[in-house]
Parts: sequence; C-alpha cells; structure tokens
Amino acid sequence: MILSRREALVLALGSVAAAAIPLPALASVEEAVAAFTGGAAVTEGAGVTLTAPEIAENGNTVPISVDAPGASAIMVLAAGNPTPAVATFNFGELAGAHMASTRIRLSKTQDVIAIAKLADGSFVRTSSEVKVTIGGCGG
Amino acid sequence: MANDVKPRVKVPKSAKAGEAVVLKTLISHPMESGQRKDSKGELIPRSIINRFTCDFNGKNVIDVTLEPAISTNPYIEFEAVVAEAGEFKFTWYDDDGSVYEDSKPIEVA
Repeated sequence: MILSRREALVLALGSVAAAAIPLPALASVEEAVAAFTGGAAVTEGAGVTLTAPEIAENGNTVPISVDAPGASAIMVLAAGNPTPAVATFNFGELAGAHMASTRIRLSKTQDVIAIAKLADGSFVRTSSEVKVTIGGCGG
Repeated sequence: MANDVKPRVKVPKSAKAGEAVVLKTLISHPMESGQRKDSKGELIPRSIINRFTCDFNGKNVIDVTLEPAISTNPYIEFEAVVAEAGEFKFTWYDDDGSVYEDSKPIEVA
C-alpha cells in the first residue's frame, strides 16, 4: 500500500490523538469512586448540586461549592488532573445545610465530579465542565 | 516545613438557638502539590494540609480530607447548627505532622 503524503499525515495525526487520550486518569477516577462507594451503584442527578464556573481563567484557584441535603459525605474529583482526588467533606452531627465551598486547582479544561453519600446510604453524582485558560499544576 | 502558617476564621458573634451559621476559614499555607519542579528540574516534595476538622462543644461539624488539588491558602466555607453558646474549635493537620488550631466563641441571643 502506497500512501500519499497527505494520507500519511492524517494517519500520523490520528495515532497521536489516540495516544493522547488519558486512559490512566479515567481508570483512577473509577478507582477513587469505588474506594468511596465501596462498589455501590451511583445514580446520576438529583440530590447533589455542584456549583463551578463555566470558565476559569486561572486554574490555580477555581471556586467550587457542593451541596447535598442530608448527605453524610461528599467527594469531589477532577477527572483531568494528574491525581483526580480533590477533597472529601464528611459532615458531622452539627452540620447545618450540608454544603461546603472551597477553591481547587485544575490542570486543564475538564469535568469536575461530585459524588454524595445520602442519608439512606445511596450515592448520587453530578458533574460540571470547567474550561480552564491557564492550568494550575505548575510545572 | 511550611512557614508563616496563620489560620483565620470568621464566625458570627451571636446566633439564634438552632440556627445554621456560615463559617469561613482560611489558612495561609503553600499547599505544595508534589507535581511542580524547581529551577534545577527536580520535583519539589509534597507539603500540604491533608485534613481539616471543625468541632463545636466537642461535637463534630465537618471533617474534610484535602488533596494536592486544593489551592494555596486553603479556604473552606461551611455551615453549622448552633443549639447553645459555646466554642468552635478548628484544627488543620499538616503533612509534616504539625497541627494548627484556632477557636472562636459564639453566643446565643
């Protein structure tokens, strides 16, 4: 098979793109989720709210807020970071509204995921894409 | 070892019994992630605050596990229910074993 220069270029670009997909990062997100839920099923949607900006100019400080009424714990993950774990909030008996805000680092444009453990022991997750202009992992 | 670590917390002076109050905490800390390299290309070792807890009169309000993805000078905002007058106790645990503490009283109006 003889390739023209254009075909060869397309093939080369395609293989580079395939190699760039961060498979290890995805695997460790699943590991982190499994460690938090103990293998229990996680449903999408209602019960947990994640507030994050749509566009973050500076990936070094991205303000986020999580809220899950009645939850005993909320875990926050950043799927595209070198290590996806961000923080786990465990609410004690005197917690008011089960919410927390903090500032996190994001290395690039990616999905931020929040998983809440509700009072009945079930897990719900939500995610929000944050576009990052300048990555926040130094380096 | 992190220098000049200074915790700052903001707690209302008083609250109604049973009311949820918003607490804001900030601690000055570099939160070195362990991902960055210095000018010689060597990795700067990780040095972060890995845990933060808040208690009110001995009862737990929140217990947060922090990872390197938390920004420099970690800021945490949360809510607590105040049933009686007492004292909030805030504790930060550093990777190097240091423990930083702060406490704030609150009255019930």
